[in-house]
Amino acid sequence: MVETLQNLTHGFAIALSPTVMVYAFAGCVIGTLVGMLPGVGPLAGISLLLPASYGLNATTAIVMLAGIYYGAMYGGSTTSILMRIPGEAASVMTCIDGYAMTRKGRAGPALAIAAIGSYIAGTASVVGLMLLAPPLAAFALSFGPPEYTALLLLGLMVLAYMSGGSVPKSLSMAALGLLLGMIGIDPMTGYSRFSYGVVELGDGIGIVPVAVGLFGVSEILLTAGQAEMPKVIKPKLRDLMPSRQEWNDSVWPIGRGTVLGFLIGIVPGSAHIISSFVSYAVERRLSKHPEQFGQGAVAGVAGPESANNSATSGALVPMLALGVPSGPIPAVMMAAMMVHGVSPGPMLIHQQPELFWGVIASMYVGNVVLLVLNLPLVGVFVNLLRIPYPIMYPAILVFSVVGVYAVNGSVVDVWIMAVMGALGYLLRKFDFETAPIVLGVVLAPMLEMSLRQSLALSSGSYTVFFTRPIAATMLGAGLVLLLFSLRPLLAKGADWRQRFGLQEESTLEKEEEK
Amino acid sequence: MLTRDRIGGAALVLFALAVMWEDRAFPLGRVSKPGPGYMPMLLAGILVVMAILVIWTGGRSPALRTLKWPEAKHAIAILAGCAFAALAMERIGYRLTVILLVGFLLWVVERKGAAVTIVTALGLALGTFYVFGTLLQVPLPLGPGDF
Repeated sequence: MVETLQNLTHGFAIALSPTVMVYAFAGCVIGTLVGMLPGVGPLAGISLLLPASYGLNATTAIVMLAGIYYGAMYGGSTTSILMRIPGEAASVMTCIDGYAMTRKGRAGPALAIAAIGSYIAGTASVVGLMLLAPPLAAFALSFGPPEYTALLLLGLMVLAYMSGGSVPKSLSMAALGLLLGMIGIDPMTGYSRFSYGVVELGDGIGIVPVAVGLFGVSEILLTAGQAEMPKVIKPKLRDLMPSRQEWNDSVWPIGRGTVLGFLIGIVPGSAHIISSFVSYAVERRLSKHPEQFGQGAVAGVAGPESANNSATSGALVPMLALGVPSGPIPAVMMAAMMVHGVSPGPMLIHQQPELFWGVIASMYVGNVVLLVLNLPLVGVFVNLLRIPYPIMYPAILVFSVVGVYAVNGSVVDVWIMAVMGALGYLLRKFDFETAPIVLGVVLAPMLEMSLRQSLALSSGSYTVFFTRPIAATMLGAGLVLLLFSLRPLLAKGADWRQRFGLQEESTLEKEEEK
Repeated sequence: MLTRDRIGGAALVLFALAVMWEDRAFPLGRVSKPGPGYMPMLLAGILVVMAILVIWTGGRSPALRTLKWPEAKHAIAILAGCAFAALAMERIGYRLTVILLVGFLLWVVERKGAAVTIVTALGLALGTFYVFGTLLQVPLPLGPGDF
């Protein structure tokens, strides 16, 4: 412990040096903007700025890129809450209750709770990263392909169980997303599946155009041109403070989201996305008023936003401690480290202590910078609602187009966004949820790969999923959830979740329809 | 009775069957050693089952005739705008594409005045090009005369 504190003190000496501070601040600001702009996620932001970091030393470069990463998590909530457009994929769940709060005139408190929750989760998870990295990394290291397969299936079952209304509808949307995730070259055989000669589809369809299309463009399509435009909420700056009740309702979701996000973060996968889905599901399950979810429950904002920020630090654990990137973003950051001659892995802490502890300390500093930066800016961004929607939506559309194009520099992504926008529009008209599609697209390649690797390891025997304790436990839990989900259907009884379920359209909208 | 769920479920069944048809091109492999066509076939099968369940339980959902499409004309115009952006961006350049796209949406679709249309279109085209193209160094396509 004493050694840890000494190392941290050394790290703060590095992080608080003027040069590192400037780049940490720049990374946080850019990250916030990147997170706020629809379609430009942290992956695109880090990828775009990677060449700009070549001229910096390794510590400064990683500090800046890490700042972009967690800055984007802070910023991603703003457009989700104000416009129902996820700035980045991890903010998808925030759209549901965040936007519902906006419709109820509580945009300011939603933004403030998101920023404060992000700060608490970000700071606490850095403590976790610092103190618990070695044992937690060892736990994640014990996961083989069967455990990943079981974990991914469990994630889908959790989603189906927690989603509202109709389990078959949720599972059909998840299957649709998984099918979309099958597009591209099969990594084990080299077959190009469902790409119809389009070279850009070889790598599969990206999460960014899918998420922006399903959530952003479909919202524009549904809202623009209505005979009576939805009433634009214009909260005043003094209304930013959450009420006492909102504070009380947020405390535990922030705490649970922090722990949950960090634990999910250390498991390889798109942790920050999955963590926000799981956190939302947990909060609704534990809530005394689950019927409020989907209609502006503050816990539906506090939990997922805390979880995705916490997962950011968790995702750095395997990368820094083991040299194993836990997702595409840590992979890009790892590439940046290798460009600078640094090899992430178990020896990093001993061979490059100034880098490891400098990055850790800069994350503490960065979270403070982001809170100071974001709370005043909350008021600025609330002003966006004062722009008339007929002028606002072309601007959102332009940001979506350029953001989607920027990821790969390909118009194919713009086409995918348009198609997904049309699909999302039709699905929402027919009362289907679109969130499971996004999760399906993310999970599909991992699920297929881990399943086939598991079978390769076990010479084709499916018993590998039942003889390994962790995998068997997770599959058992998934099966129980599935049976519970289907019980109302099989018993033809009333499904209580129809009253409490995840509703993308708020009651306000439905009342307006009537 | 035709309901939203039943129509939606039927569309999903058709989509899944189309995927199964297309999946014939890939080797399925064996259950113990799945090939590239195995997972899509399995998922399409799950989709068919779930979609049939949606149809089966869909009698309680709202009737199809209650579905209104007041925003359909705008939606088609906006989707056409997206398609135009995808087609035009690498041919006439980013800035010209955005000017025409925003001009179309504001002037034609929303019937805004000339001043608002011109200022917004130019502001968005030049502003986003500066942020993404100049500051973030995204290689946005250039048009005639490097505009």
